[in-house]
Amino acid sequence: MTPLPPRRSPWTATVILLTASLAAASAAVGFLVLPGVQGQAGAGVWDAICRAAGVLQAPPGAAPVLGAGFRTTDVVVTPGMMDGATPASVGQGATLAMQCATCHGARGISGADVPNLAGQYAPAVFKQLRDYQSGARTNATMGPRAAGLTVQDMRDLSAYYASLPRLSLSAAAGPAPAIVTGGAPMRNIAPCGACHGGVAAKAGSAWLDGAPQAYLQAQLEAFAAGTRHNDISQQMRNIARNMTPAEITQAARHYAGQ
Amino acid sequence: MLHSRRLILAHFWLAFAGFGLALLLGEWQMVVRSPLHAWIGNPELYYRSVTAHGTAMAYVFPTLVAMGFGYAISEAALKQPLIGRRWAWAGFGLVLVGTVVAMVPVSLGLASVLYTFYPPVIGNPFYYIGIVLVVVGSWIWVALMVVNLTVWKRANRGVPVPLAMFANVAGSLLWAWTAVGAAIELLFQILPASLGLTDTIDAGLSRVLFSWTLHAIVYFWLMPAYIAYYTIIPRAIGGRLFSDPMARISFALFLVVAMPIGVHHLFADPQVGAGFKFMHSAFTALVALPTLLTVFTICASVEIAGRLRGGRGALGWLTALPWRNPMMLALAFSFVMLGFGGAGGLINMSYQLDASIHNTQWITGHFHLIFGGAIVIMYFAIAYDLWPHLTGRALADAGLMRTQLWTWFVGMIVLTFPWHYVGILGMPRRMAFYDFTDPALAAQALSVTASVVGGAILVVSGVLFLAVLVRGHMAARVQPGQYRFSVAVHQAQSVPKVLNGFGLWFGLMVALTVVNYGFPILHLLATPETSVPAIRIGAAP
Repeated sequence: MTPLPPRRSPWTATVILLTASLAAASAAVGFLVLPGVQGQAGAGVWDAICRAAGVLQAPPGAAPVLGAGFRTTDVVVTPGMMDGATPASVGQGATLAMQCATCHGARGISGADVPNLAGQYAPAVFKQLRDYQSGARTNATMGPRAAGLTVQDMRDLSAYYASLPRLSLSAAAGPAPAIVTGGAPMRNIAPCGACHGGVAAKAGSAWLDGAPQAYLQAQLEAFAAGTRHNDISQQMRNIARNMTPAEITQAARHYAGQ
Repeated sequence: MLHSRRLILAHFWLAFAGFGLALLLGEWQMVVRSPLHAWIGNPELYYRSVTAHGTAMAYVFPTLVAMGFGYAISEAALKQPLIGRRWAWAGFGLVLVGTVVAMVPVSLGLASVLYTFYPPVIGNPFYYIGIVLVVVGSWIWVALMVVNLTVWKRANRGVPVPLAMFANVAGSLLWAWTAVGAAIELLFQILPASLGLTDTIDAGLSRVLFSWTLHAIVYFWLMPAYIAYYTIIPRAIGGRLFSDPMARISFALFLVVAMPIGVHHLFADPQVGAGFKFMHSAFTALVALPTLLTVFTICASVEIAGRLRGGRGALGWLTALPWRNPMMLALAFSFVMLGFGGAGGLINMSYQLDASIHNTQWITGHFHLIFGGAIVIMYFAIAYDLWPHLTGRALADAGLMRTQLWTWFVGMIVLTFPWHYVGILGMPRRMAFYDFTDPALAAQALSVTASVVGGAILVVSGVLFLAVLVRGHMAARVQPGQYRFSVAVHQAQSVPKVLNGFGLWFGLMVALTVVNYGFPILHLLATPETSVPAIRIGAAP
């Protein structure tokens, strides 16, 4: 075999031209033809191109979807957001907590049907206080009490309650119901235990063991009805809406330890 | 003559060891989420296993096969000892260390994020660092392939680059560029979050960057299989390669159109505009072109073999083919699986049809059929073909090899066909638990059980494969002679300059990436408030 020099050819120009034409043709269809076919070219060609490129544009004259007074949470929950609480912060929180003791108990264990706060995760307490303050969560008792708290007050309270020993539950209340351990995947319900303890725990989720059954039941029903709406990205509303009344009762009873 | 036999064997054995372990994990996953097994109670264990299975099968196994095969091709096709063998060992060391570093946190349940990462889910930093080490190790291979080709070209001016080496370097360049997307995602988004330097991550941007890697990586896995189609099979079955330039055009086209198409994985994602989705869909359709060219060329090459063996008439050459030759069997099985998998792929890549199967088990069925089936069965063929040259011992038990290939083919069909079907029924993917007592799911129980049986057949086949290779190390010594590649009907004496190098094709690949990805990435970078809090696996609440 005699090696020959590779032939020169018009390949390069042809290939580049062909590729560029293909790109241009597919762009023309994607950015001009399709928006027209899909009836999105009404506001003009440039508007259609921008939409097809993914640039967000408010439809002209669009009314806001939510009412003016509707609020949802503005707390961004991250793991470690409450780390580094000092003893001074815990002490300050203990002082502030004296006004909470009537309902939540002197050591964070409640006799009323309100949450036990002893040993509650600090991000969970902080988020609820902040939501009461902003109006994202409404309650006739908690709203006015949260109104005057500074961010540092809320951090101190959260640190104090997180430092208290948790309620020691008596003997296990039997096997957890399926909704807690496995959820209901066909209805897009994650297991309760995947966030609230039992299987795993997630930042911002409350520790529920020993919480009063009436309280848990009422909250799940409020999430389902949409009257409570301070959950990030509608996580709990989407779950509670898809739960059956029986599952709500089972979950509440299980976490209450009854 | 292969000079770096130990190096190549080390790559293959690490690849196949990882493959064997990951295969067992895969079957365990099939069993525990099937109706045959009670709910394991802890979804994290399932996702831990999926992460290990995916990481080993997608990153470690094919990368090592491509590297080992690439070194073999470089020595055998260029007929020169590998330049930079110490660097090659260093690259192997990085892959080995990276695999261990990645797998330790996965085993401990600290990085159950699946191999596609899925931000804002964030795992232990050592998982990502391990993956980065694997990729860096493979980039050493890319550099060595380019260096070896460049040195050879200088010494052989005017001589066409051997087809096997041309294809091998095309694959390495495709990998070099396609890995950049995930590398940017890992280095600038995920690792900072994982190390605690940032608390939020732009998950939409991450997904776009990963899609840059995610589709072309499949073609990187596929390259060794295609190289085997063109340069091993025609020789192994006693035929001729139908067309050398057609082969070069196919590999060059893979470089151009395999890359800027990844957004078809994001058809359901809101952060990319519909216009770009359509463009990526159009280019994905084009990637069928090099595959169809390949199917045509290889079928023609096989026909030549059949006619050389005395086959007559329109179909007579088919019965004259050497069906008892494991290489013939592997090719046939690979093409059947490629055909079914490719047909399914046409549905996935269609902007409209994708909606009916997006994120269902259809997709998992699809990529197992294409990668685990059509591609991996050719990895087996490559190993069988190379083994005598690597060990200096005969690989004589063709019966066992045929049994292995048959079981892999049957197992993969029994695994993936029901898998596709339950996807059409709407069974979602990436879930740890399915309640088959639910009337809505009960109809899927039989299909899912069939897939478990398919997986079990694959485990048997995997054991047979390893047994063939181990027995190969203990067989009688032979002189395998020079390692040869297929000879074309018209052996290339001169080729057009563009088909003897990569400048044009690499340039087009980069240019199309800029056109198809430039705006979506810049737009997401410029859009405020697109980041979400990182969700840390295994972190305290």
